[in-house]
Amino acid sequence: MSVLAVAEHRRGELRDVSLELITAGRRLADATGGDLDVVVVGGDVDAFADRLDREGVDTIYTVDEGEEFNHEVYADAVEQLHAELEPTALVAPNSVNGLDYVPAVAERLGVPLITDVIDFEAGDGIEVTREQYGGKVETTYDVDADQYAVTVRPAEWPKAEAAGDAAVEPFDADVGGDLGTTVNGFEEVGGGDVDITEADVLVSVGRGIEEEDNIPLIEELADTLGATLSSSRPIVDNGWLPKNRQVGQSGKVVTPDVYIAIGISGAVQHVAGMKGADTIIAINTDPSAPIYDIADYGIVDDLFDVVPELIEEFGGEAPDV
Amino acid sequence: MKILVTVKEVAEVDDEFSISGLDIDESSLEYDLNEWDDYAVEEAVQLSEADGHDDVEVVTVTVGPERAEETVRMALAKGADRAVRVWDDALEEAQFLDLDAKAELLAAVAEEEEPDLVLSGVQAADDANGATGVALAERLGVEWAAVVNSLELDADAGVASVRRELEGGVEELTDVELPAVLTIQTGINEPRYASLRGIRQAQRKPLEVYDLEDVGLDESVVDSPVERTDMYEPESEGDATVWEGSSEDTAEELADFLRDKGVVDA
Repeated sequence: MSVLAVAEHRRGELRDVSLELITAGRRLADATGGDLDVVVVGGDVDAFADRLDREGVDTIYTVDEGEEFNHEVYADAVEQLHAELEPTALVAPNSVNGLDYVPAVAERLGVPLITDVIDFEAGDGIEVTREQYGGKVETTYDVDADQYAVTVRPAEWPKAEAAGDAAVEPFDADVGGDLGTTVNGFEEVGGGDVDITEADVLVSVGRGIEEEDNIPLIEELADTLGATLSSSRPIVDNGWLPKNRQVGQSGKVVTPDVYIAIGISGAVQHVAGMKGADTIIAINTDPSAPIYDIADYGIVDDLFDVVPELIEEFGGEAPDV
Repeated sequence: MKILVTVKEVAEVDDEFSISGLDIDESSLEYDLNEWDDYAVEEAVQLSEADGHDDVEVVTVTVGPERAEETVRMALAKGADRAVRVWDDALEEAQFLDLDAKAELLAAVAEEEEPDLVLSGVQAADDANGATGVALAERLGVEWAAVVNSLELDADAGVASVRRELEGGVEELTDVELPAVLTIQTGINEPRYASLRGIRQAQRKPLEVYDLEDVGLDESVVDSPVERTDMYEPESEGDATVWEGSSEDTAEELADFLRDKGVVDA
C-alpha cells in the first residue's frame, strides 16, 4: 500500500504537524512496505519541499498554486493527485485547516474518513484509535476499505528529523475554477495589556469556577502569589476574561515554571497549550479528569474549599464568592 | 431567507461510568443539546432578529430518536421557528452513524428545505468528528467555512464575511458566497437561556418527524466500511503526587511547595 500525506503551512512557515505526518505516514507505509509521498500546496513550495525532505519520504509533490491555504485549491489539488497516485491512505493533519478541506476531499473520492486519530495498527486494513466523550474513553475502529482517509491529531507523533533523499516533482493541478471562498487576510487576536507567555507562574481558571462572580477568588489568589491569571477556553467563550488570557490550541502556548490549573479538566486543546510548563499543579474534584495525566501534583478537592485556605496561607484575604 | 441549523442531542458521561459492550452504559449518560450547536442556534436566531431581517426563517434539523425532542424543543424555545427530526428503525439498529451517513441524512433534508445558509456546530461533544458540516457542504455542492467565530451576513450581496479561528490566536478573514455551510465555534456569541414564554411557545411550534423513506433514502444509508471494535477507559498516564487530607492540610502542603520552589517569598 502507499500513503499520501498533505503538508500544512501558514504565513510562510511549514507547521510542525507536517513533519509529524511524515513519521505517522512512514509507519503506516512500513506496515506493507509501500511508498510515502508528501504533497505541499501553495506558498514557497520549493523551500517547503526542502524542509519536507526527511528520511522515509519517497516523492514530494509540489503544487505551486497561491500563497496561503484556500480549501478549494487544496481540495482540487489533493483530489487530482490522489486520482493519479491511487494511494491506500490519505493522511492529513487534524487541524482547523485540515478539517476545512479533508471532509470534502473524502466525500468527492468516496473514501471513508476517520478524524482525530491518535494511534493506528495497519496490516491488511487499518484499525484506528480515537477518543470520544471528551477523552473519557478511547475507541478503536476497523476500516474495511481499499482506500481511506485519516486526519491525525497534532503532537501525537514525533517530528521526522533525519534528512532524506526524496524526489521532488511539480504536480500541475487544474484549480482554475471559480473560487467561491476568498481569503482576505489574517489577524492576530488576543493582544493587550498582559502577555501570559512571559509569566513565570500562571494561576489558570477553568469551567469549575461555575460563575463569573466567582472569578475574583482566583484573581485574589494570583495577586497573593504575585502570579499572572490565565484561563481555559470556556472562561473566555463566556466573556469572563479577555482572549489574551486563554491558554490552549486556539489561545496561547505557555511554558511557565509553575502552572496551577484550577477547575480545569484538561481537554486536549487546553493541554496542547500548557504541557510545556515545568511544574503543573491541578486542583479538581474529579480524580479521573485528564489534567491529572499530565499534572505533577494534585489536590482532589473542591476549589471553593482549597483556594480560600491557600490565600490565607499567604496572608491574603479570600473574597466572599 | 432560510437558515437551517443542524442540532444534535449529545450524551454526556458521568464522572463515574461503566462501559457495556462497545458503548457507555445508558445509566452513565445524560443527554443535552450539543454545546457547539447551542452557539449555532443562537447565531441563527440573532440573524433572524437583526434589523431588516424580518423574513428570516430558522429551521432546525436533528437526526435522533424521540428522546431528542426535548433538546429540539429547547432550540425552538430559544427562537428557532420550526424543527425537523429524522429517525428510523434502521438508524436505531445501526452500531453508530458514520460521517457519510450523517452527511447523507442531513443533505436529504437540506435538499428539501433549500436553505440559504446552514449553520452547524464545529463538532459534537460526544463523537468529536468535526467533519460533518464540511462533508454536508460538499454533498450539497455549496460553499463552506469551518470553525467560524465571527459572522457578518450581507444577504443582498449573498456573501457571508467570516472569521475562521485558526490555531495559536490567529484568525483568517474570509468571504464565503451563499448558499453555504458554516461550522460554528463556541464563543461566537452568548447563547441565551430559554424564557418561560419561549418554552411555552415551543410546544406549539411545528416539529416534523421523517423516516428514511420520507427523505428519499433507504436502509443502505447506514452501511459503513467502518466498524467500532473496542471501547475502553484509557489508562492514566499520570504519576501526579496527590496531596491528601482536609482542605486546610492540602492547601498547606501546596503553600509549602510553592515556598520551596521560590514562587512566593512569604
